[in-house]
Amino acid sequence: MAKLDWNEIKRQITDSQAWQSMFRHGYEDTPRNRILMVSGNVWLHLHPSKVQKHTVRLRFTWCMGGITFLLFLVTVITGIYLMFYYRPTAEYAYADMKYLEFDMPFGMLMRNMHRWAAHGMVIAVWLHMFRVFMTGSYKPPREFNWVVGVILLVLTLLLSFTGYLLPWDQLSIWAVTVGSNMARATPLLGHGGPFHEVLGVNPVYDARAFIFGGAEIGPHTLLRFYILHCIFFPLLASLFMAVHFWRIRRDGMSGPL
Amino acid sequence: MASQEGNGSGIVMRAAGAAGGAARTPAVAVGPSKRTEVPIKKAGSGIEEKLHTWPFLVRSEFMMSIVIIIVLTIWSLMLNAPLEQPSNPTRTPNPSKAPWYFLGLQEMLVFFDPWYAGVVLPSFIIVGLMLIPYLDINPKGNGYFTLRERWFEIMSFFLGFHILWVSFIIIGTFFRGPGWNWFWPGQVWDPHLVEALTNVDLPYMMGIRDYTTAAIFGLVMIGGYFVVGYVVLYFWIRSRPAGDRWSAFPGGGPEILQKWGPVRFGITGFLLIAMAGVFIKMALRHALNIKYILVTPWINI
Ligand code: HEM
Repeated sequence: MAKLDWNEIKRQITDSQAWQSMFRHGYEDTPRNRILMVSGNVWLHLHPSKVQKHTVRLRFTWCMGGITFLLFLVTVITGIYLMFYYRPTAEYAYADMKYLEFDMPFGMLMRNMHRWAAHGMVIAVWLHMFRVFMTGSYKPPREFNWVVGVILLVLTLLLSFTGYLLPWDQLSIWAVTVGSNMARATPLLGHGGPFHEVLGVNPVYDARAFIFGGAEIGPHTLLRFYILHCIFFPLLASLFMAVHFWRIRRDGMSGPL
Repeated sequence: MASQEGNGSGIVMRAAGAAGGAARTPAVAVGPSKRTEVPIKKAGSGIEEKLHTWPFLVRSEFMMSIVIIIVLTIWSLMLNAPLEQPSNPTRTPNPSKAPWYFLGLQEMLVFFDPWYAGVVLPSFIIVGLMLIPYLDINPKGNGYFTLRERWFEIMSFFLGFHILWVSFIIIGTFFRGPGWNWFWPGQVWDPHLVEALTNVDLPYMMGIRDYTTAAIFGLVMIGGYFVVGYVVLYFWIRSRPAGDRWSAFPGGGPEILQKWGPVRFGITGFLLIAMAGVFIKMALRHALNIKYILVTPWINI
């Protein structure tokens, strides 16, 4: 068999009438163009136009910050799909999960991807924090970005936790009950916590009631968690990610001197 | 976000006197607490070869994204997200487990009351994590993997993150069954299993029977624990010889203490001693069936 000449094949494609009707001129691989590809593109412009060699290596970053971000984007996109079919009321929420599974095209796949990406994000963000710690990348001048990172870690957990309630099945309400019951024990602010008499809090008016929207987990909690999960925490996380990325861009990636 | 002065060019950055980069100037001599403008080079500048982001970094990111999306899609095709019976507030499952990432904290409930395990301890964790960059003034090991130059920091992180956090999640997920009793994987979950609770409070064990004395005893024990902890930490650090692998500075222990200052020492000590307290409480529970150390009508620890 004759050896395939890739350059020849490429040339034939790019010289064809069909190609030329779509792409008027080619991309010339020059240093100037390489920089323009980054600086002239609003998304790629998140990067500097040149980077140190070690930061590209998997061995240094484990890619975990990027993977966290990617998984976040996956949950945003699949989440929008789920929002079209899901109604955050006690009557419908569970039925809509079944509906999604049996009636919606790709409904179950979207739900699975949303859930596994969310779990993956929690793991990735921990590994990312571990990597940043191990390379000492929080040291000056990046102290503050580590703090922003910790806020992002907390937001990731809160996103995951608020989403846990939405299927409205036994697993979700009891897991969220166990998780939120802690708030009942908050010193001063929870009706089961130490010194609760001081402020006179009670089961319908304390830290847990603030989370639940009432004395017990119920439809009001579902709506509350839905709004936190779909609007408030994603927005907040996006804002802090913007700061996080901006800081990385300003300070540069850490590295051996 | 207030940007730092003069970082537009990325050449002049502020740096704590103690923690300059390689191009450390005599500014270090000014003292540890004074902020000075030290010209430090950005990592890699000049020395290391630079690559164009396009195509090299973008290509890696693109490939990695494709791999992750493929793995996630296959995983999602094969494994369905769980959906159990419709919610029923009148039927509590046994065990009721929090989402897996909070199981480390739920596990803490075995050893501490909810106000501590569920509220105070998580707050310490979050605040403690945020403070790490301000407490750790070891100038070495910034931007590369090293165990040798950061032995102390890495060991502390290992205790807190890997042992207390990750391994407890594994225990909570795989080893806890009905009644939060310990079950080996594969062992049948017997919901009627009753484990004798023979825990006693430390003051009671010591023969103290009235509340006031017991409370004072508990406070003294905990206060004493912190005092001893601080003293041990102080002398342990001070006795580090120069060149010891635990000490980040050539001058050894005295230099660390002097550069660290009392505030950093106090906060780090508090966090470390509180963290060690978790281990000690666990050990006391397992070895002596101790329930509480401090017993008062309001709080128990
Ligand atoms: C939603 C969560 C997060 C996202 C999407 C995110 C994303 C990223 C990305 C893409 C990078 C670039 C380098 C890399 O990929 O490793 C990065 C760097 C960094 N991240 Fe995060 N991160 C998150 C959470 C955190 C957390 C929890 C911490 C620490 C507690 C943290 C601290 C840092 C620091 C200090 C850097 C600079 C590293 C260096 O210069 O070497 N981030 N982050």
